[in-house]
Amino acid sequence: MTANTHADEHGALHTSTGLSNNKLGMWLFLGSECLLFGGLISTYMLYRGRVGAGPRPSQVFDIPFTSVSSFVLLMSSLTMVLAVSAAHKGDDRNTYLWITVTALLGATFVGGQVYEFTAFYNEGMGFTTSLFSSSFYVLTGFHGVHVTVGIIMLMSIVGIMKRSKVPGSKAETVEMIGLYWHFVDIVWIIIFTLIYLIPA
Amino acid sequence: MAIIERPSTTQEVVAPATPSSSLGALKRPVATTGWKSWLFTVDHKKLGIMYSAAALFFFIVGGLEAVLIRLQLAAPNGKVLNADLYNQMFTMHATTMVFLFVMPMAAGLANYFIPLQIGARDVAFPRINAFSFWAFLFGGLFLNMSWFLGGAADGGWFMYAPNSGPIYSPSHGIDFWILGLQITGIASLAGAVNLITTVLNMRAPGMKLMRMPIFTWMQLVVQFLLLFAVPVITVALFLLSFQRNFDATFFDVAAGADPLLWQHLFWIFGHPEVYILILPSFGVISEVIPVFSRKPLFGYPFVVFSGAAIGFVGWGVWAHHMFASGLGPVSVAVFSIATMAIAVPTGVKVVNWTMTLWGGKLEFTAAMKFAVGLIVLFTIGGLSGVTHSVAPSDTQQTDTYYIVAHFHYVLFGGAIFGLFSGFYYWWPKVFGKMLNEKLGSWNFWMMVIGMNMTFGPMHILGLQGQPRRMYQWTEARAGEGFFNLGFWNAFASVGSLVLTTGVLLFLINIVITARNGKVAPLDPWNARSLEWMTTNPPKEHNFDSIPTVSHLDEFFHRKYQEDANGQMVQVKTAEQVMKELEDNADAHIHMPSPSYWPIVLAAGLPVITFGLIYSIPIGIVGGIIVLFGAYGWSIEPGTAPDDDFDPPTTTKDVVHVG
Repeated sequence: MTANTHADEHGALHTSTGLSNNKLGMWLFLGSECLLFGGLISTYMLYRGRVGAGPRPSQVFDIPFTSVSSFVLLMSSLTMVLAVSAAHKGDDRNTYLWITVTALLGATFVGGQVYEFTAFYNEGMGFTTSLFSSSFYVLTGFHGVHVTVGIIMLMSIVGIMKRSKVPGSKAETVEMIGLYWHFVDIVWIIIFTLIYLIPA
Repeated sequence: MAIIERPSTTQEVVAPATPSSSLGALKRPVATTGWKSWLFTVDHKKLGIMYSAAALFFFIVGGLEAVLIRLQLAAPNGKVLNADLYNQMFTMHATTMVFLFVMPMAAGLANYFIPLQIGARDVAFPRINAFSFWAFLFGGLFLNMSWFLGGAADGGWFMYAPNSGPIYSPSHGIDFWILGLQITGIASLAGAVNLITTVLNMRAPGMKLMRMPIFTWMQLVVQFLLLFAVPVITVALFLLSFQRNFDATFFDVAAGADPLLWQHLFWIFGHPEVYILILPSFGVISEVIPVFSRKPLFGYPFVVFSGAAIGFVGWGVWAHHMFASGLGPVSVAVFSIATMAIAVPTGVKVVNWTMTLWGGKLEFTAAMKFAVGLIVLFTIGGLSGVTHSVAPSDTQQTDTYYIVAHFHYVLFGGAIFGLFSGFYYWWPKVFGKMLNEKLGSWNFWMMVIGMNMTFGPMHILGLQGQPRRMYQWTEARAGEGFFNLGFWNAFASVGSLVLTTGVLLFLINIVITARNGKVAPLDPWNARSLEWMTTNPPKEHNFDSIPTVSHLDEFFHRKYQEDANGQMVQVKTAEQVMKELEDNADAHIHMPSPSYWPIVLAAGLPVITFGLIYSIPIGIVGGIIVLFGAYGWSIEPGTAPDDDFDPPTTTKDVVHVG
């Protein structure tokens, strides 16, 4: 898909680096996202001890519950891999299946986050209660939005693929969403460790 | 369908009504002339022109704001602006010049010239390119809407707490500022991904990284800086947004917060940002100086690597903006040393340019004058910058006019002079006509004199203790003799009018050139790099056949070769080199097709942000527009199917671009 390239017999495209434009672009975007989460995580680390009159982290966190939802999210990376693998084999049926499972697991995680936020709120930890609560909600909220965007992309790609309207290579499109999805999962591992596992 | 194959056999591009496949909700736009061909274009050259034109518009806006500031300060007890309006004026002047002029102007040049310089026919993601432009334009207009809706942002361009909070700035100005910058940030980020991919992936055969023109190299560094700097200010802006709109207290000291958090986040973005502003201009003059010295650039690898070094070290000096904030001796020492260190690669560049000039057959065209002007003025600004690295002295200078003098020397004398050098150098390439050299010379001298008159005295004002951002000064405290603040303020204000005249001459030059400018020959400057190896203006597909590159300065080496005595002698004219490319022209080139979606998607963004300020339902409408645009985009192929082209071609020798 580039000026000086042409598709070989496998449909792969030659670029100066050998990496397709789409994939290189996605990697660059994810590099940028690292700094976005870096900024948010720094803010949280600065403010996590500043609870004011509000509840302290240890008073509200339900670590077993969040561990389970984190496990669900990590498992979705496995199903995403299966989806990409099926897409590369041209196995549409299994591609749809695993993408849908991935999206459902992601939705379970987001559902868990909504439940958790509601519980925290009821225990007296609102968005403006303390610097800790504000930075907690912003960091985990941004992550939740990223998961949600991922779910929307996954569901959209199934819808679009079923009408077989994906421009370019289907497998590559699935793989690109996969890259994003794994990135969001990896970020969660860091966030989960920093927020829940390391005591303030 | 009017998607014509390039090269077209006929000169007249008439659009026959071949049916277009309907993709997404709308049929593809097909206009090749008229306003629609600009609105829906994905051509990097048209987008480059639009970027630059929009940036020039904002330059005029920001310039008028600056003139108002200088008029206010021309005499004691200035009455031109009241204190509130004055605050808005300097905030928006800086914001406009940084985010809406220098950055997009550099982006415009990058868009236009990177593909040409690396021998590509377009960028890697043409539709994202169009989206970036529209997002920048809509973001910039959104930012400036605040003037008419209750007042613009008034916290200074770095918007420190507590001035940025709702108590000290109750109008919506800062909300417009935050959200406008978020939109232009999206534009920069998308542009960075696009241009980096383009440079890394789309190079012509043989165009190794160390054969790339310096302009492309510097832009590559800039795009990496943008890629990593923009998300940091995005975080800062979100936090400020939540503080202003949802009662969070991220920067509120009373609530136990650390206002320095904002300063750190802002300057982790803000310091790379100053290199984002200056490196493109370094790139421009690294093209201009060799051409008008008739010598290759002295120490090409040093210029490349010092540019990259600036890109790396630029991340480790942000806290020198915060020496007065009580960081502690260790931090201050580290950032002092880093700041001294970053002067080294910059100095390397100055030496390289000077050595390129040394012994060259210098030709002082307007482009060359601006380039040499940059070397001199930037060096002055660079030296005053080094004085800031000495923390004790910086503590004295912080927030005085000395700082204002420093950054205007590097940004006006550096960045803007470089851009003007680029205007004169590349104008014939883009528009096929030569800018008037005589007017160009006047333009240059007026700007040099005006700029030194305006910003030179600010060194004195600052060292005498005149704080920046103060809206009036009084005769009683102006001092006497040589250091009389009144005299130098008046002097600077007169200088700003000289400067304005200089810029005005450029605008007049554009008009005169458009009306009856001299038609540019194929190779007006006897240039060296690939962008000159095509027609003026370039064809839509840039190159009839993609050149294979075997040298740094490929175009020069095709024209000149060493004779038996080791002398470079001309073996071919530019016309002959062109002819060779034309003779091997690709038969069927399918360029990326125009699309509605980039502008639709970008148009949704200011609707969302407007809704965030005034009414959530409007924001939801914006969200729907964005989603609609995203879906239309994702199911539309970037290039129309082969049988949509005229004539329909499905043969194997079709070259697909994008």
